[in-house]
Amino acid sequence: MLFRAEITVKLKDGMLDPEATTITKALKHLGFECRSLKQASVFELEFEADSRQNATEVAQGMCQRLLANPIIHDYSVVLE
Amino acid sequence: MLMKIAILRFGGSNCDLDVQKALNNLGVHAELVWYKEVLEGFDGAIIPGGFSYGDYLRAGAIAARTKIMQSVQEMAADGKPVLGICNGAQILSESNLVPGTFTLNQYPKFICKWVKLLKIGRSPFTSLSSEVVKLPIAHKEGRYVVPPRLLKELYENDQVVFKYVDDKGCPTSAANPNGSQDNIAAISNLEKNVLAMMPHPERASEKRLGSLDGNAVFESMIRYIKSL
Repeated sequence: MLFRAEITVKLKDGMLDPEATTITKALKHLGFECRSLKQASVFELEFEADSRQNATEVAQGMCQRLLANPIIHDYSVVLE
Repeated sequence: MLMKIAILRFGGSNCDLDVQKALNNLGVHAELVWYKEVLEGFDGAIIPGGFSYGDYLRAGAIAARTKIMQSVQEMAADGKPVLGICNGAQILSESNLVPGTFTLNQYPKFICKWVKLLKIGRSPFTSLSSEVVKLPIAHKEGRYVVPPRLLKELYENDQVVFKYVDDKGCPTSAANPNGSQDNIAAISNLEKNVLAMMPHPERASEKRLGSLDGNAVFESMIRYIKSL
């Protein structure tokens, strides 16, 4: 079966995010005040799997083995 | 038998030839090994700097998952010395060969400058090094991050090898170029035979480069190989 997954990888809460700080400042220059700002990487994938459960496991495997670094990242998987 | 050190090359590696020249200057045979080749018959390995795979995803992430890195894991498990410099250090952390990770600098920009480093503890890569050395850094993702509970263990196990310091040898925040935790610039594995360092010793290996301090890292590594 073909599955579509959306994987989001973002920095763990409390991790310093220098890019987000810079973006927040740039928004401020444009008149937008943000109390907080987080950025994340989103991966949209299509792949074959035997079942929904299998597809979830495959996507989580991708995160654990490559897409996320467990020291600094949290990730979430949404299957369509 | 003649000592042979491997210098790994990935797409986007650089300073590989500089490392080779530094080793040759010390009378050691060093071979460049493309990542698709077989890593066999070497007494030690060095992963040089650069921007392997364009630093896509995270610096070092893609190179860390190549087949040749499995051979590096085996070399490390055999107790042979493995040195990662800059991008090489990022590859070693992405390979879980050293604890923690190197991520985007606190000020998210590429930095290229000379730094002072204080030697901490005992490492086979610094046995011949002075207490304070001067080496260049050149990176955008060099901020060392490690979970706080692990940091304590790193000190207990003597795994912190170099720290960024000021002219007086103090690890101040002003002397910290990238926001690294505890000013850490180089970290080793528990067994000490794997070292990940952000500064470039090969760029301080000849008088005309401005410092000779980097040679001590290679000389220490060579001495360690001879002791095995």
